Formats: sequence, C-alpha cells, structure tokens
Amino acid sequence: MGMELAAVFPPLLGSIIAGFFGRWIGVMGVLVASCICVVIAGVASIWLFYDVALLGHVRTVVLFTWINSGTFSAPWALRFDTLTVVMLIVVTFVSSAVHIYTIGYMEKDPHRPRFQSYISLFTFAMLMLVTSDNFAQLYFGWEGVGLLSYLLINFWYDKASANDAAIKAFIQNRIGDFGFALGIFGVFYLFHAIDFGTVFAAAPTVAAQSMHFLGYEINGLTLCCLLLFMGAVAKSAQVGLHSWLIDAMEGPTPISALIHAATMVTAGVFMVARLSPLFELSPTASAVVTVFGATTAFVAATIGMTQFDIKRIIAYSTMSQLGYMMFACGVSAYNAAIFHLMTHGFFKALLFLAAGSVIHAMSGEQDIRRMGGLWKLIPTTYIMLWIGSLALAGIPLFAGYFSKDSVLAAAYAAGTPVGAYAYWLGIVTAALTAFYSMRLLFLTFHGKPRADHHVMDHVHESPLVMLLPLAFLAVGAACSGALAYSWFVGDGRVGFWHDAVLILPNHDSIAAVNNGALPAWAENLPTVVAAAGIFMAFLCYIVWTGLPAFFCRTFKPIHNLFFNHWYYDILVNRFIVFPLLGLARRVWKAGDGTAIEYLGPKTLVAATQYFGQRAVRLQSGYVFHYAFAMVIGVVLLVTWFTLYR
Amino acid sequence: MAGWPILSLTTFLPLVGAASILVIRGEAEVVARNARNIALWTSLATFVLSLLLWAGFDPAAVGYQFEERAPWLPAFNINYHMGIDGISLFFVLLSTFVTPLCILASWERVQHRVREYMVAFLVFEAAMTGMFCALDFLVFYLFYEAVLLPMFIIIGVWGGARRVPASLQFFLYTMLGSLFMLIALMVLYLNLGTTDIPTLIDQGHTLSRTTQIWLWLALLASFVIKVPVWPVHTWLPEAYSEAPIGAAALLGGVLLKVGGYIFLRFSIPMLPAATDILAPLVYALAVFALIYISFVVFMITQAHGSLRKWVAYATLAHMGFGYIGMFTLTTQGLQGAVIVLVSYGLIAVALFCAVGMLEERAKTSEIAKISGVVRTMPIFAFSTMVFILASVGMPGTSGFVGEFLVLVGAFLASTWLAVFAATIIVLGCIYALWMYRLVIFEKAERADCSGFKDLNLREVAIVVPLMLVILWIGIYPDSFIHETTTTVANLINHYQTALADAGSITVTLH
Repeated sequence: MGMELAAVFPPLLGSIIAGFFGRWIGVMGVLVASCICVVIAGVASIWLFYDVALLGHVRTVVLFTWINSGTFSAPWALRFDTLTVVMLIVVTFVSSAVHIYTIGYMEKDPHRPRFQSYISLFTFAMLMLVTSDNFAQLYFGWEGVGLLSYLLINFWYDKASANDAAIKAFIQNRIGDFGFALGIFGVFYLFHAIDFGTVFAAAPTVAAQSMHFLGYEINGLTLCCLLLFMGAVAKSAQVGLHSWLIDAMEGPTPISALIHAATMVTAGVFMVARLSPLFELSPTASAVVTVFGATTAFVAATIGMTQFDIKRIIAYSTMSQLGYMMFACGVSAYNAAIFHLMTHGFFKALLFLAAGSVIHAMSGEQDIRRMGGLWKLIPTTYIMLWIGSLALAGIPLFAGYFSKDSVLAAAYAAGTPVGAYAYWLGIVTAALTAFYSMRLLFLTFHGKPRADHHVMDHVHESPLVMLLPLAFLAVGAACSGALAYSWFVGDGRVGFWHDAVLILPNHDSIAAVNNGALPAWAENLPTVVAAAGIFMAFLCYIVWTGLPAFFCRTFKPIHNLFFNHWYYDILVNRFIVFPLLGLARRVWKAGDGTAIEYLGPKTLVAATQYFGQRAVRLQSGYVFHYAFAMVIGVVLLVTWFTLYR
Repeated sequence: MAGWPILSLTTFLPLVGAASILVIRGEAEVVARNARNIALWTSLATFVLSLLLWAGFDPAAVGYQFEERAPWLPAFNINYHMGIDGISLFFVLLSTFVTPLCILASWERVQHRVREYMVAFLVFEAAMTGMFCALDFLVFYLFYEAVLLPMFIIIGVWGGARRVPASLQFFLYTMLGSLFMLIALMVLYLNLGTTDIPTLIDQGHTLSRTTQIWLWLALLASFVIKVPVWPVHTWLPEAYSEAPIGAAALLGGVLLKVGGYIFLRFSIPMLPAATDILAPLVYALAVFALIYISFVVFMITQAHGSLRKWVAYATLAHMGFGYIGMFTLTTQGLQGAVIVLVSYGLIAVALFCAVGMLEERAKTSEIAKISGVVRTMPIFAFSTMVFILASVGMPGTSGFVGEFLVLVGAFLASTWLAVFAATIIVLGCIYALWMYRLVIFEKAERADCSGFKDLNLREVAIVVPLMLVILWIGIYPDSFIHETTTTVANLINHYQTALADAGSITVTLH
C-alpha cells in the first residue's frame, strides 16, 4: 500500500509544509521540500505505471469511510488501472517540471511559499481526481482543482483583471458542475450506488431504462451522460463554457502550463474516458460529445490564428486540442484520446513554459507584434519552442503526429455522420494548427526586432533551473508518441489497457483503423495539410510579410469574426446577460418590499450606477453575471413549478 | 455515569455559572474579569459534559437515550421528561460547542455591565440546550420561550445605536410566533391528553387529516416567524445588525436551526398526513427563498452593504436546504439535513465571528469601508476562505457533505426539486466569491485598511476550532452521520407506517 500512498499524498504534505512552515524553514526550504514531495510522487507513479499498466496488477486501495448514508456509500479510495496510471505519469511529470521551473520563474516574487503551496495542493487534488473510485471522490477532485485554479489565476491579486478572470473561471466551472452534480444524482437514482465498480457492472442492465426528468420521459443513461458531460464542457473548455480558459491566462505562466494545458483542463476528457462503460451504451450522448469536440477544435483554431498575445494563442490551441480529445472519446477511441492527452500534456506544457521563458526574457511583454528577432539571443528557448510547435503541428516523428493521426483516423473509421463531421473539421483544424504555431514562432523569433531597445538590451536566456524542465518536457514532446504508440493504440493495446476503458466491439474505431479500414489518402491527409499549413506560415511571415495584411483586408468580415472570438462575449452579454440583468433588477425591486426597505432606494441607485461604471470598465464583460442570468430563469421556473404542482 | 441525570446537568450547569457570576463582588474591573472567566470556564465545562453524551451515545439503540422523567403536574399528566436521540444529540453539541466561542468573541467588545451580559449569555445557553433535550412539549415550550428573554435583553442593552427598536421588533415578532405554538400545544393536549413527545409521535397520526393540517400550519407559522423564513423576515436584518456580535453568532448559528428541529421533532413524525400533503409547500418556500435570498445577498454585495446582513441572509438561504432534505423523507435527505443544520450552524458562527473581528478593526461592518485586508491580515484571510468555501459547499468541508446528501434526496423525491435546489451550486459561489474579492483582495480607494493587525491569540482560538470541526465533518463525516442512522431509519419507518395506516402512498427506500 506504500507505493499507492506515495503516488498521491506527498504533494499534500508538500503543500502543508509550504503553506504553514515557510516562516521556519525559509523560502529555500519551502522550494526544496515541495519539489522533493512532488518528485517522490513522480517516482512512485513510474513504479505504479510499470506494475499496473505493464504487469497488469490493477488494484483499488480503500482508505476509510467518507460519506455513508443508506446505499449512498462513497469511501476514500484510490483506484489504479491503466487509465489512472497514465494520468499519474502526466500529472506528476508535468507538475515536477513546473515545480522546478517555478524556482527560476518566480524568483523575484515575495509570495513564493504561497505559490508553492498552491501548486502542490493542486497536484494533490488532481491526483485525487484521477485515482477516484467513485463519483463523489471524482467530484472532490473536480472541485478541488477548480478551487486551486481560482486561487492561482488570482495569485497576483493586486490586478483587478486577475480577480475578474478568477471569478469568471470559478463561476463558469460551477455552471458545469451544476450539471455534473445532477448527473451524479441521476446515476445514483438509476443504480442505487455511486462506486464505479457497481455502476459499470450494472450499466448494461439499465441501458434501456427510462426516467422522468423535468416532466420528460428520457433514457436514463443518456440523461446522466449528458448531465455529466456538462461538467466536462466547462472543465475542458468546450464551446459554450470556454471563455474562462482564455481569461485564465492572467495567472502566472507556470500555472498556465500545469493547470490550463496539461492537467486540469484534460479532466473532462479523462472523465468521459473513465465513464466509457456509460457513454458506450448511449450513442446519443457520444454523438453530442463528438459534435462538441469537433466544433471546439475548429472554432478555437480559427481564433488562435488571428490573436497576438503569445499566451492566448497557446490557450486557444489548448482549447482546440481538447476538442480533438473530446471527439476522439465521442467516436469511442478513448485510448486515442488519452494518448493525445498524454502527448499534448508534454508538448503543451513545453510550449507554455518556453513562452514563459520568452516573456521572462522580454521583461513581461506578451504581444508577439512587439517581439521578433529573438532567436540568436535566446537560442535554447528557441529550439524548445520549435520542438513544441512541431509536435503540436503533428509533424512525423514528433509526439503529436502519432496521437493526432490516431484521433483523426478513428474519426474517419467510425463511419458515422458525426464521425465524418469530426474528421473533416479535424483536418481543417490540423492545417490551421500548423499555421498558427509557425506564425507564433516566426513572429516571435524571426524578422527584425520590434521591441524598443530598452527591452532588447535586457533580453537574456533563462537560468538553468528553468531550462532543465524545458529540456525534460522536450524529450517527452519529441519521443513519447513513438515510444507509446504501440501501447496506447497499436498492437499492444489489449495487454496495456486491461479493460480500463470499455469499447463495444461494434464501435471499435481503433480496431477498424488497425485492420486497414482507412484508405491511404485519409491516412496521409493530416500530415499533408500540416505541411501545407507550415508552408503557408512560411510564405506569410518570412517570405512575403505583406500577405497577412492582404488576407485580412480581402476577407475582412471573416477575419473580424475570428479576431473577435466569434463575438462570443459580446453576444452572451447582449442577448443573455444584459436583458436578464435588467429583468433581475426589476424583479428584485418589485419582489420584496422589506428587503428594499432595508437596503434603501439610495443603495439601489448606487448599485445601478455601480453597474453602469463596471460596464464601461470591464472589458471582458459581466463575468459574474452569467449565473445571475440563470437566477432569473430559475425564479420564473419556480413560479411555474408551484403552479404546476 | 449511568444514573446521573446528565442531560439536566448539561442543561443547568450554565445556570450554576450564572448564579456564581451574580455573587461576585468587588471593583468593576475585577468583576468584569472574573465574570468573563467564569462564563468561559462554565461553558467549556458544559461542552465537556456534552461530549460525555456523545461518548455514551449508542448509535444502534432504538428510541431515546439518557432519559430522565419526573412528575411535574401529575394531575394533568404532564412530566419533566428529557432525552435525546441521534438527531438532537448534534443540536445539543452544536449549542455547547459554539457558546464558549461566542463568549470569546464578546470578550473585549462588551465593556460595560460585563457581569450581566455573561449571566444573560449563560441563561441563553441553558435554555437552548434544554430546548433540544426536552421530550415533553410543555417543557420544550418553556425553554423555547426562555431563549427569547435573554436575547431580548442582550440586544436591547448591549446592542448598537438602534438597539431599542430592534430588540422590541425581535421580541414582538417572536412572541407572535410563540402564540401559534402555544395554540398547537393546547390543541394536541386537548385531543390526545398528553404533552409527552414520544406519546404524541406515537398517536399523532390518529388525528384527522384536517386537524393535522391546521396543527402543522400552526407549527409552521410559529417558527417561520421566529427562524425566520422568507417572507416574514423583517425583524432579522435589524436584529442582526444591532445585536452584539457574540449574540448575533448564537442567533444565526443555533437559534436559526430551531425551525429545522421543530420540523424533525414535531411536524414530520406527529403529523405525517399533513406532512405528506404540505411537503410541496415547504419545497416551494425553500427553493424560492434559496434563490430569492441569494439574489438579495448578491445585491447587498453589489451595494457594498453590511457584512452582518450579508452573513444573516446567506445563512437564511442555506437553511432552506435543511428543510428540503427532511421533507424528502429519504435516508440521504434526512441525514444530509442534519449535517446541513449543524454545518451551517458552525459556518454562521464562524462568519459572524469573522465579521466581528473586522468590526473591531474597521468600527463598521459595511463593505464600503473595508477592502484588501489580505495584505495585512493573512491569517484572517485564510480562515475566512475556509469558511466561505464551506458555505459554498466545497468538497472536503462540512458544507459539501450536507448539501450533496440533501440534493441526492431531493433528486430521488423530484427532479424538479433537485434542479432548482442545485442552483445554489452556482448562486452561492457568485455572491460569496464576489464578497471575498471586495473585502479581502481588492485594494480599493474606498477604504484604507493598511493599519489593521492580524488576528491575536484570542481570535485564533475562535477560528481554529471552528475550522477543524468544519474540516472534520468534511473529511470524516461518518462520526456524525453514523450516530443518526438508527434515528433516521426509525423516523422514516414510522412515517411510512403511519401513512400506510392512513392508506396513503409509500416511498421506496434507497
């Protein structure tokens, strides 16, 4: 039992040490202690990976009772199967790299112990999430990572924009959790149990069972899957509840690498894969997952192409790649999804940390229009960013090539209309991905320096403590695909997965791919379009630098659409938030004389004025009003509900 | 230990302390110091006594434990009858646990007439504890009324600037509420010839459906005003704004929970037919209150209003959760409801004490005058974060366990109910995080709080026990849930048998 505990609990210990004992052991002590703790977890994870995935010793360790009420029984338990240990490797490796990188990156920050404490606690919450053996513990980890994400986005709390972004992230995620929680209740309603073992075993027997939900008669499993998926939509930034991820870039860059690229945002994908025995039985839910994933991949890539903030470009690229993983789950290629999750964890963390190194070198500048000509000054970072970008673009031999091609092949081989939708959008997205990764690279490192000379004079390569984690991740980004291909989706997959994910034989798109169901053109198309994307970027940003401006002029409406994030925030504010807000104020005013009496009309006026001022000030819109909009809807529904009863 | 009247001891020990405070003589300063110390130590001793209750409690035993019975008005078949079950155990523990903390919270704030204040406080504790131990309706009623007097005096004498109208309003409203309860008590006595609670529970369902409904509504009316429930909550903002902070904490932490207790002890087991019919009314009221009050709290935050009102309303919004849970009459709902009531008791006390700490520094509780305190008060910011997270139901804190179980019960009862109630997952975090941002993070020009000192040892002694218990319930709630299992199973059993006798529906158990 020692190894299992050693894989999960050391980060918690590290967090407690960093949070409460910094006064006594000093900043250096905190850094060393927290790094050692997370590295211990990493070593234990390697051992568990070997033991569980390669030797097949799948196991569950029950710690002690948590919630036990009637048949609602959820102990604290750690489940180790292949899916879990793969996630353990991703989480602890990236977390170790980030812990060490932080030593250099946050060098001048006065609150380093707090930062170390947060990221260790985040790692713990993420580990609890991936090792959960029941829905309640999954929810614990789910909420835990959400909380730490909130705290870390808000780490520099002096910035009002960080405050806003943090609250927006928390609330959008909570809207997802609203569905997620209802999904858990639905599962309990159907199965009278919430531990994975019982639920998965009983799933086929209740597959056809329908249940009443809000006056409708719906297939129970489909309902549960869709509600649970709502949580994944928020957590994995799928279209509809995605804008928090972009704003989350207000946080320190190591956080973007750890939380908003490699680990937390993949929790939604992990959850769908974990619940494959449920999603497999609900073709409707799987189709919804596919459509969401493919749409997300495409939309995010179109926006990423036009942005100028180095972190936001990478954030959109993360969102786009999450879309790939999600539609892979939708076409039952869960193992390909997790494969892409793993390779993406390495190359995206690498990209973010390398971008952090650029920002560090540029004294905090994040706009790629004010960079350029850096490659000679920071050559190591330059090479790292190349490796990350090639992996992201899906160039042969790099990790992304293997995983992304598996995902696309599976979508094609699924042979369903939604599969075809995902495949073609995925192909277009692959071209866009290659284009914007190279665009970022060329604009940042090539051409004439566009920063002023004060900044350029200070450009310096990052210290070794930052470059070593980069090198470590670069190895992963370069090799992990080729190394793990056979395990995840190749011939060794049956012996590797040990039923950690369930794929019904008639849905098995990966098997179809391996049996040669894919024509040669469909197999090679992703690489061809990626090469085309790179060539296009080369033309636009190296050879003929006037070309981008020409395109922007010619396709102005389309460029505007992409550049303005598909008008998402504006539309949500204008058509949902503002009208409901107006209604909200009126309902509140008319609703309760007493409350108004106590708050006073003057306060109301002040509040209205305050709203008005915020409207001008808050560029990102009325972040916290999303759910306010819900309130009104709910009030109306309650009224109706009372009448209905 | 057997044979000792431990419930009476726990109930009346604070009165012994109060009496000994009254006999202190000497200079004002000495009297004040001794009064504080005696009050603190008495309440701590009471807490230790109540822990013996927990230690001696047999979770498997059916019925009431530590029972005491003595003839009181034999001619009328009325006895002094005390006893607890798995539900009231935690209400007793809640009162005895938070009283010493509230005394600590009043330590420096109350400077004049300290002796009288402490006496009133201890009397209040005795009445509260007695109320939860009483197994005779008349005894319960007396304690229920006795709670009122010390609180009236505390608000009226040691309150803020508008204390006199506030205390009068509080007194009048709650007296009105008591009237309804008295009527219910009399009707029950006239119909069944006893005020013994176990007997009433046994025989209550034999009453006609109409009688049950009227009685049920009378009980509802009594505590709807007293607790209060929206929309008769007008006295609440005033009372909470004016009461000294320790009393406000007790009011919000324990007295607000009496409503839930009355439901569990009287309405549901004694009047099953009425409960069955009127449950949707409770759902609608609770859900509406939940959403509407979340709204009000949000507006208070937006308008930079008073933090005391903020906490009072936020607690009120969550109380609805307890009611929803119990009326689902499911194992999860009922056990969740008990946890919700206990947990929000602790959270309310914690948040009121936190507001008190800010008040001591800022001399006001208006958000408008407080901002960015994390820079000077990191310990305070940390502990408040824990309390806020507990209030928004973060897993790992007590708030989650109760809320989640209640929602499970709600989903089993009706998906409509679950969907509406679950909106608190989103709503709760909007106003809570927004308030936290304004008060703790945002360094605004409206208020300069750079001179604030972080928590002193006394204040740490208040927040740390609360934090530990909140985390304890969050991480290992079985120490609490387990004790309620038999009681809850019995309650459901009794309810279903009674309904089946009346030829009504049955609910499937999960």
